[in-house]
Amino acid sequence: MTTKRLLLSAGLALAIGAGIAGWNTAATAQAPQGQTLRYAFQGNLNTLDPYSLNETTTLALQGNAYEGLTRRDKDLSIIPGLAERWETLDNGLTWRFHLRRGIKFHGGEDFTAEDVVFSATRVRAATSDLRSRIDADVEVVAVDSHTVDFKLKRPNPILHYEWDTWYIMSKKWAEANSAVQPTAASATTPGFATLNANGTGPFRITQHQVGVRTVYQRNPAWWGKVEHNLAEIIFTPITSAPTRVAALLSGEVDVIDPVPLQDVARINASANARVMEGPELRTIFLQLDQRRDELVGSSVKGKNPFKDVRVRRAFYHAIDIEAIRRQVMRGAATPTALLISPLMYPEGGQVQRLPFDLAAANRLLDEAGYPRQGGPTGTRFEVTFDCPNDRYVNDGAICQAVTAMLARVGVKINPLFVPRAQYFAKVLATGGFNTSFYLLGWTPGSFDSWNVLHNLVRCRDDQATGGRGAFNLGGYCNQQVDALTDQILVEPDVAKRNQLIAQAYRIITDEASHIPLHQQALAWGVSKKVELVQRADNQFLFHWVVKQP
Amino acid sequence: MLAFILRRIIQAIGVLLTVSLIAFSLFRFVGDPVNQMVGQDTTPEQRAEIRQQLGLNDPVVVQFARFVGRAARFDFGISYQNKQSVAKLIAERFPATMELAFVSALFALLAGIPMGVYSGLRPHSWLTKLFQTVSLLGISLPTFLIGIILIFVFPVSLGLLKSFGRQGVVDLGWWTTGFLTREGWASLILPSITLGLFQMTLIMRLVRSEMMEVLRTDYIKFARARGLTNRAVHFGHALKNTMIPVITITGLQIGSIIAFAIITETVFQWPGMGLMFLQAVQSVDIPIMAAYLLLVATLFVAINLIVDLLYVAVDPRIRIAGRPA
Amino acid sequence: MAMSEPAPHAEARASAFRRFFDSDLWFSFTRSWVTMLAALVALVLVLAAILAPLIATNDPFDPATLSLLDGSKPPAWAAEGEWRFPLGTDQQGRCVYSSILYGLRISIIVGFLGVLLAATIGITLGLIAGYFGGTADSIIMRIADVQLTFPAILIALLIDGTTRALFGNQRSETTIFWVLVISIGLSFWVQYARTVRGSTLVERNKEYVQAARLIGLSRPTILFRHVLPNVTGPVLVIATINLALAIITEATLSFLGVGLPPTQPSLGTLIQIGNEFLFSGEWWVVIFPGAVLAGLVLSVNLLGDWLRDALNPRLR
Repeated sequence: MTTKRLLLSAGLALAIGAGIAGWNTAATAQAPQGQTLRYAFQGNLNTLDPYSLNETTTLALQGNAYEGLTRRDKDLSIIPGLAERWETLDNGLTWRFHLRRGIKFHGGEDFTAEDVVFSATRVRAATSDLRSRIDADVEVVAVDSHTVDFKLKRPNPILHYEWDTWYIMSKKWAEANSAVQPTAASATTPGFATLNANGTGPFRITQHQVGVRTVYQRNPAWWGKVEHNLAEIIFTPITSAPTRVAALLSGEVDVIDPVPLQDVARINASANARVMEGPELRTIFLQLDQRRDELVGSSVKGKNPFKDVRVRRAFYHAIDIEAIRRQVMRGAATPTALLISPLMYPEGGQVQRLPFDLAAANRLLDEAGYPRQGGPTGTRFEVTFDCPNDRYVNDGAICQAVTAMLARVGVKINPLFVPRAQYFAKVLATGGFNTSFYLLGWTPGSFDSWNVLHNLVRCRDDQATGGRGAFNLGGYCNQQVDALTDQILVEPDVAKRNQLIAQAYRIITDEASHIPLHQQALAWGVSKKVELVQRADNQFLFHWVVKQP
Repeated sequence: MLAFILRRIIQAIGVLLTVSLIAFSLFRFVGDPVNQMVGQDTTPEQRAEIRQQLGLNDPVVVQFARFVGRAARFDFGISYQNKQSVAKLIAERFPATMELAFVSALFALLAGIPMGVYSGLRPHSWLTKLFQTVSLLGISLPTFLIGIILIFVFPVSLGLLKSFGRQGVVDLGWWTTGFLTREGWASLILPSITLGLFQMTLIMRLVRSEMMEVLRTDYIKFARARGLTNRAVHFGHALKNTMIPVITITGLQIGSIIAFAIITETVFQWPGMGLMFLQAVQSVDIPIMAAYLLLVATLFVAINLIVDLLYVAVDPRIRIAGRPA
Repeated sequence: MAMSEPAPHAEARASAFRRFFDSDLWFSFTRSWVTMLAALVALVLVLAAILAPLIATNDPFDPATLSLLDGSKPPAWAAEGEWRFPLGTDQQGRCVYSSILYGLRISIIVGFLGVLLAATIGITLGLIAGYFGGTADSIIMRIADVQLTFPAILIALLIDGTTRALFGNQRSETTIFWVLVISIGLSFWVQYARTVRGSTLVERNKEYVQAARLIGLSRPTILFRHVLPNVTGPVLVIATINLALAIITEATLSFLGVGLPPTQPSLGTLIQIGNEFLFSGEWWVVIFPGAVLAGLVLSVNLLGDWLRDALNPRLR
């Protein structure tokens, strides 16, 4: 084709003009041994700084280069990481961590207790997004070069639950590159640690172009047992779902996350790929505004129907969760009665969902004083429903289904299904909790119920710091539940603690504080050449990958 | 001529200021950037503090003045979302969009003009009917659907070309290009066709209709009467005269190519400015949005200037100096 | 929202149309079977849109009639199909056939009104700029420059944000409908203005305009009665293509969360939703709306071609 030749020569002319000496191909040379894994995710990796964004995939991608004192195994159990072992002293007021010896960062710096102390300071800096990893009043002391003490003001049995994603950074490296603090959200100059990574993990990041590609290469000096056979990983974001599926089907990438649920059958039928499904920890739920005296988006004036527990229970009864699971989620969801996954709270089986029961829903709404206007198919009242349409698996479709289900009990929904930026700006604290009825998903970072009760359930205190009920957007408030939440934090006895948690969940189910829907399932598209481990927290770790040539 | 250019440059600055102002008022409505910058555990107080530090609580006029002052020094700040210099991000993404726009515009012209000329000369030939049908089908479906169908047909079903991204890129230091490698072309072809199809149709239809009109004018008849060959009449006289609308439309279409690149780049995960802009809109990354809009405005102003100058070159009947008021 | 009646034209305009109709237009129409077929397709689709409530099998806008149990059913002739849903259902159990009829209705009205608005603004400004030149020209063309910088997507976000601020949660579908019309109108007028201006620059120096000026005709008369008919060719080309573009833009905006909600889908929204199901084997969700859109746009374009050839005085 002449066009092509013309363009080629034009390009060549440009190249020569630029000086042939300056050429270097962006495609990195193949490493001598091992395979190249190509991985596509729906979102960008916006920062390499491990304390800049508390978000699952960002932390997972960073976690292939960085490591914490602890790690989580394939089954999510806590195992030693950079710390070989640890113990509690002084009745739980001191935690002593013994560090592994002989470990070097990718940049060649030795890993010592100084780095842990430094990282503990850095993660609690004002500009960190992971401040909740260690309380501000915890004192971190280097006992010797490879022992660190964490001195607490009060016991905290779950201190280290989130430490698998509190990655240790090199003090020397950070100081040398003026990255002692995480880049502030309001910074005016780019931070070094945002664009460069220096961890101890099985892979080091050799190239990082935001939104385009990130290249990892094997760290030959890694301390752990090597279970993978990779030399290189190329991570690319692919936002459009059909394109992501196409790239997998055509063999241009090896792993995609997530797979649109409707494409699962197609991928499984293809010659070169399959779908790995598994339970995820995130719980999707609905909540009604129970705090305002008059709803912001409803036809009911002068009162708030959702303060009436009968109306909340009616909404709960109107949801046909089985139909959502089967048709909207194509089976890839586990209906739930709780705001936490059974993987993190196995005792949850004692609490049951309110059953799908249209008659009960209609009766409750009649009793509450909201009869159908104008005949047996009339509308009882209208309410606005806020829903993101690009945040959770099929969120928009779930909300459409909920709209139809509520229409059948006479509640007219005015849908406001918007992209997540607009959605969160409206419903969260910064938008003044401007919602009457909304859908949200939540994964407790500590994998523990206290996080759920503290953030989603306890009375929202808009003045106090510490995030009490900060995501209880509907403003449910019950002093008894609050008291239980406080007890749960400090109760050391596991069995007793679980009873307290169950008690709290039973109360909020009875009062229909929230309407839990399901735990969505993970769906990763994986080339048939690749074997990997799918962890329930949706973290994809490359060091468990084996790829056939 | 010099006075004309000077006047246009002054006007251009006015245009750019207006664009920045409109862009700025727009930003206030799109959403809250702070929610996009922090994780879910951040407290309202911390959020408020970040708002304060970013200057989001200042009056719009103050925010605007601050922005213009910096932009004049090519400083667009750093992206809220990924803490990188916006100027650097744009510089990284610029070549990708430009190469895509260039190839698709070239495709549109090289396919559109010959097809248009042929259909204008032989309006009843079966080939003309074929051209028209194919080109019409191309504009009867949304861009994103055409893109995904092309992906479905070529990479997925036939195993040809690339479905996403810009691969085989060669870094020349000041520019990255996909023109030099086989892979680069394999990933460039589908998005270029997707993006250029609409423009191709437009150009073909315009050339055709203009050709048909011009061929009936007296001066073509005179040219024929003078005994000029068909070839000389068609290409020396007729085609030349169809060029005014074609230049206008092509000039305008470069703008729409850049705008529509937003969708094409999203479908093909093409790492250009359009994709970056869309993601910036979704995550309310104001510095990127502002810089993108200004850059696009600059491009448009430049293109418009060139189109106006080309008018003069092609059709001397349009006088610049002697415009009656 | 009801179909708006086409505004009655001035008497003079109507008689002009009658003149065209009596002479060449009808003749050229009957000569081309492609044009007749296109007219038939367009007529059928427009009628289908108007009669949607009568010929649809379901009301896709009434959520109370939707059931997930009816979801993802194939067309009626397939093994698991049902005649309740002639062209199958989508994931939510919405009848594809009925959705297309209702969606077609919205898309035609949005596209038509948007293009009408764009053409009105663009032609008026283009004529003024081209004919009067000087300051008026500079100002209009600089506004056009500014306008071009804002793709329809951004304009829609801007207007959408404004209405959100004004109406808050009480924003109805009608508001969104007008947001779409105005966004399309505002983002497309520049093409008309630039093209009309370009042609007017050439026309204004031609003898017939100078003659008109000499015999003392008023400026509006010269502009709209003499210059305008001579620049309609490119305008018609743009208008026909714009109709397609308007519907496509509407789909893109739905994609960005600004368009009509999936609970009240337009044709564009249907295609955008169906796009996600292209690989899934549920082809009816995207193929049928896509075919209807393509048919509509194709026939409108073909009619535009014919109109252009027939209306152009210099092609007689």
